Amino acid sequence: MSEYTTTNSNPFVDMSHQVWAWEIPVYLFLGGLVAGMMVISGYFLLTGRWRDPRSACHALPLWSLVLLSLGMLALFLDLEHKLYVWRLYLTFEVTSPMSWGSWILLLVYPALLANLFLTPPERLRDRSPRIADVSSRMQAQTSTVTAIAVVNIGLGILVGIYTGILLSSLGARPLWSSGLLGPLFLVSGVSTAAALVHMLAEVPEERAFSARADIGLLVTELLFIVLFLIGLMNASKVHQEAASLLLGGPFTAVFWVLVVGLGLLVPIVIQSLAVARRIGHTPVAPLLVIAGGLVFRFVMVNAGQLSHWTPT
Amino acid sequence: MARFGMVIDTAKCVGCMDCVVACKTENDVPDGFCRDWIATEVTGSFPELSMEIRSERCNMCDNPPCVYCCPTGASHVSEYGKLVQITNEKCIGCKACLAACPYGARFTHPDGYADKCTFCEHRLKEGKEPACVSVCPTYCMYFGDLDDPNSEVSRLLESRQSKTLLPEAGTQPRIYFLTDEPK
Repeated sequence: MSEYTTTNSNPFVDMSHQVWAWEIPVYLFLGGLVAGMMVISGYFLLTGRWRDPRSACHALPLWSLVLLSLGMLALFLDLEHKLYVWRLYLTFEVTSPMSWGSWILLLVYPALLANLFLTPPERLRDRSPRIADVSSRMQAQTSTVTAIAVVNIGLGILVGIYTGILLSSLGARPLWSSGLLGPLFLVSGVSTAAALVHMLAEVPEERAFSARADIGLLVTELLFIVLFLIGLMNASKVHQEAASLLLGGPFTAVFWVLVVGLGLLVPIVIQSLAVARRIGHTPVAPLLVIAGGLVFRFVMVNAGQLSHWTPT
Repeated sequence: MARFGMVIDTAKCVGCMDCVVACKTENDVPDGFCRDWIATEVTGSFPELSMEIRSERCNMCDNPPCVYCCPTGASHVSEYGKLVQITNEKCIGCKACLAACPYGARFTHPDGYADKCTFCEHRLKEGKEPACVSVCPTYCMYFGDLDDPNSEVSRLLESRQSKTLLPEAGTQPRIYFLTDEPK
C-alpha cells in the first residue's frame, strides 16, 4: 500500500490550476486544419488544378487565413499574461517547440497571402481589378506558382507536425511522450482539410479526389493511433497508466466512439462507398471527420494533462 | 560559481508547515497558491507501516524541462547559484512550463505570469538562508553549494543515504531527501 497526501494546490484538488482549457485544443485543431489546407492547395497548384476557376483551391487561402486567425485568437485567449505576447518575437528559443511554432506561424501568413493573390476567389477578382492584375502577372510565371506551392506545402507540413510536437515535447505528461504525435496530428490535420475541401468542392473530380485522399489519410491515422497506443503500453508503468486513460479509463468511451468510431471508421466506410459510386457524395462523412478531429484534440489535451508522474 | 541545492532530513521533518507559512509571508504568495508544500507518504501493510513527511518545492533541476520549453526565455537558469528562475516581464503566461514540470511546482500567479519557489534568491544575495530553511523548528532543512565538497549539504550527502524525487523523469533534481536515521 502506498498512500500519498499533499498540501500542494494542484489541478486534481483545485480545477483552477488546470493548465490548458478549451483554447488549446481549438488552436491545435484549427492549426492542423489550416496546415492540411496549405498542403492540399499547394498540391492543387503543382498539378495545375488552379487553372480551373471553379477549383476549390481558389477558396482555400481565404478560408485558411480566417481559420488560422481564429486559432491564433484562441491561443491569445489562453495566455495569462496577454500584454506581453510580443515577447515571443524578441527571441528564438531553439529548444522550445512553442518558439519554433510562433516563428513558423509568422511565415505562414505571407505564404497564405501570396497564395491568395495567386488564386483569388472569383468574387474578389471581379471586385478588385488591381488584385486581378497582380494575380494574372503571378500566374504568368510558372516559377512563381511552383515556389508558392512548395512553400505552402512545406510550411503546412511543419505547422501540422508542430501541433503534435508541442505536446510530445512535454515529457512530464506521459500520454504525450511519443514522437508519433507529430505525424499523427499532421495526418489528422490533413484529413480534416480534405474533408473541408470535399464540402467546398464544386468540381466532381475534386470531390472524388478529396474523398479518396480522406480514405487513405483516415486509414493512416488509425494506424498511427494503434502504434501510438502500442508504444505507450510497452513503455514504463506511468506510460501504461497514461494509455489506460484511453483504454478503460475516463476517456475511453469518447475516444473510441466519437474519435475512432464516428470520426474515422464510419467516414472510411461512407467515403469508400461514395468512391465506389454505391452512394452519392454527401457532407455527412466530411462533417464527421472534422468533428472527430476536434474531439480528438480535446481528448488528447485533456487526458494528457491528467496523466502524470507524481502520485495523486 | 556556486550550484545551490537543498538537503532535507525526512527523519526530522514533522510536517508542521512552518516552511510553507514562512514562504507565503516572505514572498507574498497569493491566497490559494503555495511555492512549497508538505507531502506525506505512507507505505507498507498494517501493522508494518512507515510514514515519510517531506517539505517539497521546485527542485531546481539540473536538466530543467520548464526552461527548455519556454518560448520567451522567461524561464532560465540564473548565473547566480545556477538556479531555475522566472523573469516575470518576459513571461507570456502560455503555461507550457506548468505542463512540463513533473513535480507540479509551478502555478500561474493571479497577475498572469508563472510563479514558483526561487530559493529566496533575494535573501541569498543578502547572505541569508531561504525563509523556509531559516524557520524550520526541527532543523531538518539544509541549504548550500552542492559543488563545494566542504559545504554542509555535500557532507550530509556524503555521509547519509539520500534520494531525489522522480529520478526516472530524468530532470536531475537538486533537492535531496535524507532517508536514514541520523548517526
